[in-house]
Amino acid sequence: MTDTLSPETLENAGIAHGLYRDGEAIADTKAPKVEVQDRWRTRQFEAALVNPANRRKLTVIVVGSGLAGGAASATLGEAGYNVKTFCYQDSPRRAHSIAAQGGINAAKNYKEDGDSVYRLFYDTVKGGDFRSRESNVYRLAEVSASIIDQCVAQGVPFAREYGGLLDNRSFGGVQVSRTFYARGQTGQQLLIGAYQALERQVAAGSVEMHTRHEMLELVVVDGRARGVIVRDMVTGEVETHLADAVVLASGGYGNVFYLSTNAMGCNVTATWRAHRKGAYFSNPCYTQIHPTCIPVSGEHQSKLTLMSESLRNDGRIWVPKNREDCDKDPREIKEEDRDYYLERIYPAFGNLVPRDIASRQAKNVCDEGRGVGPVVGDFRRGVYLDFAEVIGRQGQAWVAEKYGNLFDMYQRITGENPYEVPMRIYPAVHYTMGGLWVDYDLQSSIPGLFVAGEANFSDHGANRLGASALMQGLADGYFVLPNTIRDYLSHGPYPTVTETHDDVVAAKTSVDDRLRTLLSINGERTVDSFHKELGHVMWEYCGMERSETGLLKAIDLIRGLKDEFWRNVRVLGAADTLNQSLEKAGRVADLIELGELMCIDALHRRESCGGHFREESQTEEGEALRDDVNFAYVAAWEFGGDDGAPVLHKEDLVFDYVHLKQRSYK
Amino acid sequence: MKITLQVWRQDGPQDPGGLHGYQLDEVSEDMSFLEMLDVLNEDLILKGEEPVAFDSDCREGICGMCGLMINGQAHGPEVTTTCQLHMRTFKDGDTITVEPWRADAFPVLKDLVVDRSAFDRIIAAGGFVSVNTGAAPDAHAVPVPKDDADKAFASAACIGCGACVAACPNASGMLFMGAKVTHLGLLPQGQPERDARVVKMVSQHDHEGFGGCTNIGECAGACPKEIPLDVISTLNKDLRTAMRHGR
Repeated sequence: MTDTLSPETLENAGIAHGLYRDGEAIADTKAPKVEVQDRWRTRQFEAALVNPANRRKLTVIVVGSGLAGGAASATLGEAGYNVKTFCYQDSPRRAHSIAAQGGINAAKNYKEDGDSVYRLFYDTVKGGDFRSRESNVYRLAEVSASIIDQCVAQGVPFAREYGGLLDNRSFGGVQVSRTFYARGQTGQQLLIGAYQALERQVAAGSVEMHTRHEMLELVVVDGRARGVIVRDMVTGEVETHLADAVVLASGGYGNVFYLSTNAMGCNVTATWRAHRKGAYFSNPCYTQIHPTCIPVSGEHQSKLTLMSESLRNDGRIWVPKNREDCDKDPREIKEEDRDYYLERIYPAFGNLVPRDIASRQAKNVCDEGRGVGPVVGDFRRGVYLDFAEVIGRQGQAWVAEKYGNLFDMYQRITGENPYEVPMRIYPAVHYTMGGLWVDYDLQSSIPGLFVAGEANFSDHGANRLGASALMQGLADGYFVLPNTIRDYLSHGPYPTVTETHDDVVAAKTSVDDRLRTLLSINGERTVDSFHKELGHVMWEYCGMERSETGLLKAIDLIRGLKDEFWRNVRVLGAADTLNQSLEKAGRVADLIELGELMCIDALHRRESCGGHFREESQTEEGEALRDDVNFAYVAAWEFGGDDGAPVLHKEDLVFDYVHLKQRSYK
Repeated sequence: MKITLQVWRQDGPQDPGGLHGYQLDEVSEDMSFLEMLDVLNEDLILKGEEPVAFDSDCREGICGMCGLMINGQAHGPEVTTTCQLHMRTFKDGDTITVEPWRADAFPVLKDLVVDRSAFDRIIAAGGFVSVNTGAAPDAHAVPVPKDDADKAFASAACIGCGACVAACPNASGMLFMGAKVTHLGLLPQGQPERDARVVKMVSQHDHEGFGGCTNIGECAGACPKEIPLDVISTLNKDLRTAMRHGR
C-alpha cells in the first residue's frame, strides 16, 4: 500500500482553505434497533396509520413522475390521499427512467442459482463500496420481489421463457441471474406501467397531474415543508401549491457534466432549492461512470448514449496489445495481439466486473495510448466490445433476439454494423449516487420533506450495481414511501397555511425576483456556453480521477464561472411565455452551485471509493484504495448561506452484517 | 455543409404563425437534427433573436418528447425519432422545412412545440390494468405464452410521440390507441377490462378531436417504433366484440 493517510496527515485542504466547516454528527434514528431482517416489518408496524376517512383531508405534493414519483403518486392516490404531481415534461410518461435499458434486479431466485434477499443485500452493500446503509439496502432487497409481482400484474411485458414463466439474466457485477428485463427497454416498460397506474388515479380524481410545470422553490413554514412554488412553463405563471407533505422524486444531477447519458431536461433545481432551504445534501461527489456508452464523436455533441450493460454478458472487451495496431481494422488484428484486459486482470469476474472497475480500466488502457476509434482531444477514447465469439457460438439470430434493438441503435448513431465490426465503447457519466440526505423513512432533514429514487442518497453507496436503479425507484415509490409517509401524515392535518403567509409570499417573491434578474442581465454569453464550460471543468477535475490540486483548481474555476454567469448571461424573451432559455438558465445556475459543492465533497474525501478514484489513495498495483478508518461515513452537507462555507455533518456507517473489507474481483 | 432552414415560428396558440428562413453554414454530418437546431439557436441568441422553441429530452430515441415535421414527413425522411435523425441524411445546400405536428387535437403552444396531453387522457380513460399496489399475486402465478409476451412487447414499444397522428391525413390516433389495446389485450392480466377499455378509449379519442381511421397506413409508415398497422384491426375487433357484449 502506498500513501495511506494517517489521521495526523489529514490536515484537510478544504478546512485549511476555509472551503467548509465541521458540524455536529448526525444519525439515522428511524431504523428499528432489531435484526436487519426484521427492521422493515417492525417499522411498518410501528408507523402510525391514517384512517381512510382522514386520508382525503390530507394533501401530498410529488415532484417528478418517473419510477419513484409516478409509483408514489399512484400508490398514494390509491390509498385515498389528495396527490398533486408535477413534472417538467409534456407527459409523465417521458421521465428519464424511461431510458434505462438493461433490467431490474429482484431476489426471486427463480433460477435456483443461490440467490436470496441476503445475497442481493450483500452484493449491493459490497458493490457500493461500503458507503451505503445496511438498513436501507436490506429493505431494498426485501421488497424487490414484490416489485416484479406488481409490474407483471400491471401488464409489463417482461421477457419470458417458452414455458410461459419469466426469464432472467445476470448483470454486471453479479454471478447470479436475478435481472428481469424487457429486451433493451426495461425502463420504458416499467415506467409505462407506473404511468398507467398514475393515469388511472388521474381519472379517479385522486391525483391532479401538472405537466410542463417546474418546481422552482420549496415552501418551508415553521420548519416544515409545506409546499412548492412552480412555474407553468407554457404560460410562465408562477404558482403556489400547498400541502401537508412534499415528496421530491426529481432524479439525479448528472447533467452537471453537460455531456452525460441523462435526458437534456434532467436538473438539480428541485433538490438544490430544498438544500438551500435546509435539506442536507449527501455525498454529492459520488457519480457513476457507466462503462458501456457510445464514444464521443465531436464538439457539437449534446449528449451521450448508453448501451445496456447487459452487452457485457456476451461481448468480450479488448484493445490491441500494441499501439501501432490501434488504427487497424479490428478484424485484422490477430488473436494473440489482442488484450482482453478485464479477463486478464480479473479472471474470476472477467467482463462482468462492476461498473467502476470496468470504467476505470477502460480509461487506463486509453490513457496508455491503446484506445481505438477517432482521436478526440489528444487520444483515442474507445475500447472494443466484441461479439464475434458469441455470434460464432450461438449464431447471429440468437444475438439479434437478445440485443437486436441495441445493435440497431448503435448502427444508427455511429454508421457501423456491430454484427460485423466490434462495437466501440467508452465510459460516460450516468447516474449520481449522491442526493438529499434521508433517514430510514426517506425523510430529509426538513420535516415533511421526503425524497425518493435517484434524488436521495441512501441505497447505492459510492457505486450503483447494474439493474439497481429501477429497483430502487420502484421500491421507494410503490412500497417504502407510502408506508413511511403515513407516519408523518398521521400527525396531520398540519395547521392551515395560506398563500398570504409571510414565508409563502417570501418564497414566491424570491422566484419572481430570480426570473426577473435572469432576464435583465442581457450579457454576451448563452446559457449553454456556461453549461459546457462547467461540464468541462467537472469532467476534468471531478470525474473518474481526482486529486487535491485539481479539485482546488476546479473550485476556483467554478467560482469564476458563477460570478461571470450572473454578470454576463444572455436570456432573451419574457417570463410570461414559453421560454426555454429561461428554464435552462435557472437550472444551469443551480448546477454551477452544485458543482462547487461536489468538488468540496470530493476534496475532503481523501480516499478512492466506488466510482471515484482519488490519486492520493491507491495501492501499489494502482487499484483504488478505500480508507475505512477515516471515511466510513456519509457526508451530509448543510447549506452555509450565499457567503458562508457549507457545513459537514457526518453520519457514521456501521456494518454489522456485511463486514468491511477491501473489494477484490481478482 | 450549408443548410437553409424554413422554420415555423408561432408566438402562441392564437398567433397565426409562419415560416422563417435561416442559413447555417457549418453543419457537420455527425450532428443529430436536434443538435443542428441547437447550433441555430446559439446563433440566434448571439444575434439577439429569440431561439426556436422545440421539444426534446432523452435524445436517444425513447422518451417520445421530440417530434417535428421535416420536409412534410413526421420525424423526417428516415423511420426514426427526430433526435436519432442525423444530418448525414441531408446534402450540402439542401433547404429543409421544419414544422410542428399538425392536428386539431395537438394545438401548437409555441413554434415547434405542441400539446399532446390528449394522449394522456386517452390512457387515463382506460389504458391500464386496475391493480392496486401490493395486491398482486406472485409473478409466476400466471404463465404467459412467449409468443404472446413478445407480441405484447412489440405493441408496448409505442413511445407516444404522436408521429402517427401527424402523418395521418385524418389526424387519427388509432395507431397509438391500437398499440395499447393490443398490448394489454394479449396478456391475461388485461382480459377483465378488455371490453370496457376499448370502448372508453375510443370514446375519449373521438372526444379529443382525433379523426377516424380510413386505412391509409401513413401512421405505421411513420412510426419510429414500427408499430404494425394490424393493431388497428385488433382495436376494431375488440370494439366490435365489446359492442356485441353490450358494453
